[in-house]
Amino acid sequence: MWPTILNATQQTIYMVFWSTLLSVILGFIPAIILTLTAPDGLHPNKGVYEVLSLIVNIFRSFPFIILLVIIIPFTRMIVGKAIGTTASIVPLTVSAIPYIARVFETSLRETDPGVIEAARSFGASDWQILFRVYIKESIPRMLNGVILLIISLIGYSAMAGTVGGGGVGDVAIRFGYQQYKTEYLIVCSLILIVFVQLIQMLGNYLYKKLS
Amino acid sequence: MIKLENVKKNFGDLSVLRGISIEIQDRQIYGIIGQSGAGKSTLLRCINGLESYDSGTITVNGAPVSFENKNELRKLQKKMGMIFQNFNLLNRLDVYDNVALPMKFWGMKTKTPEAEKKIRGLIELVGLGDKIHARPRELSGGQKQRVAIARALVLDPEILLCDEATSALDPGITREILALLQKINKEMGITIIVVTHQMEVVKQICEQVAFIKDGSVIAEGKPEELFVKPTKEVKAFLQEESDHLPEEGINIQLFFTDESSDNPVITMMARELNVDFSICWAKLEDFRSSVYGSLVINVKEKDKEKVCAYLDQAKVLWEVLD
Ligand SMILES: Nc1ncnc2c1ncn2[C@@H]1O[C@H](COP(=O)(O)OP(=O)(O)OP(=O)(O)O)[C@@H](O)[C@H]1O
Ligand SMILES: [Mg+2]
Repeated sequence: MWPTILNATQQTIYMVFWSTLLSVILGFIPAIILTLTAPDGLHPNKGVYEVLSLIVNIFRSFPFIILLVIIIPFTRMIVGKAIGTTASIVPLTVSAIPYIARVFETSLRETDPGVIEAARSFGASDWQILFRVYIKESIPRMLNGVILLIISLIGYSAMAGTVGGGGVGDVAIRFGYQQYKTEYLIVCSLILIVFVQLIQMLGNYLYKKLS
Repeated sequence: MIKLENVKKNFGDLSVLRGISIEIQDRQIYGIIGQSGAGKSTLLRCINGLESYDSGTITVNGAPVSFENKNELRKLQKKMGMIFQNFNLLNRLDVYDNVALPMKFWGMKTKTPEAEKKIRGLIELVGLGDKIHARPRELSGGQKQRVAIARALVLDPEILLCDEATSALDPGITREILALLQKINKEMGITIIVVTHQMEVVKQICEQVAFIKDGSVIAEGKPEELFVKPTKEVKAFLQEESDHLPEEGINIQLFFTDESSDNPVITMMARELNVDFSICWAKLEDFRSSVYGSLVINVKEKDKEKVCAYLDQAKVLWEVLD
């Protein structure tokens, strides 16, 4: 039992790590565009904001289980195959990007407009306001969003695992549920609980430290 | 000198500035007072180039505040430090980095020995030498405003713009902050414009004041003159109760300036002229630590000429009220 579970744990960490990293990088860009073009942004642009916002909403409202299936051709294009641990990073990332875009947008737009005005009064350029004020002031809030994302990706990775991605969730279903090996079910659940706890504790610690 | 000529500004249909013309001399502390929504902040933002205006001209030491050339505007903004009602500090930066921030916007190094000396010097000037690495949330309101003042001075401005800088502070702290502004004005020769709705602020530090109502200047002058001898508009603005003066006899209002206020004119007059009168109304006020006041006396019709002649000879400003 233990080698199987150890291997599955590594797979889960692998999937969650890469999908978090990729979605944070890729979600950051639309978040910045949304922030800049929002009605209260530095360059309000209703058209751009509304269109991008709609796209984000459409992707967010896709049930993950459906995304998992319809994205297969895209996954095959990028990874070369549609099944496996690496392949499941694609649907996980795609589902996380709109989430990150929205969470980061919200975090950035919570920046005190007075602080932005003060920066502008000292002659700050738009780029300087973006990096030295918006992003700098929002880091703890964005971090909170990433922690929530990691926790939900742990859950989604279990789902992705059942369609060939491997990982702790996959083991729990295959051995624990389908073969009635209760001990697998219990150990896998415990591992997931410990994961979530650790991430949450780390998140709380970092939030305190950064804000 | 800052010169505004017929500056107008609309937000959609709302006319916020309706032709403002004022001149602010170098090294002056100039007050702009008006009720909420009068357009004070908008006016200040126009001077600083944070907001464009529709017509008229604003010049700062001869250079027009214009939006054609962004670089020129930035250079002009560098000459004008600004402080705000809500302090507007960055929560995640400590006092030192908050003060240093404007230098970063101008690509200046903030960790060199000279920069450090300057930034520390400013933090000490505002009295926070022991809080140099505190975060804003560890500071009181008054201390936050001190940080904001140090930050506003870090680019060596010629002008300091204050938008309701003391409105969020209690009276004691307000006096301390105003004293600090006065010190900066005296010692560094910086012109200061204070926008406020608090009379106390104007009385304590302003040498010149403009009253703004619905986007127009309704009165301008020295605060001691405008407060002690208010025009009808200013009176309405100050919402002073109409005074209940006697209907009989003649009511004469006397004005005391700094020199005459400790001179016992009234009692001397009573003795020398041997007339009776009653004192119906009086007020005394502090302006930049000088006392100014006014007094209304009621005299009999027959004594009027005698009294007026005496007041003239005693060089007291007076007017007959009707
Ligand atoms: N960006 C804006 N868009 C539309 N209207 C605005 C804007 N800024 C200010 N106004 C309006 O302009 C008027 C003057 O506002 P301003 O902030 O200059 O007043 P104020 O004298 O500073 O008032 P307060 O004492 O409350 O700060 C108000 O009626 C306000 O609603
Ligand atoms: Mg205002």
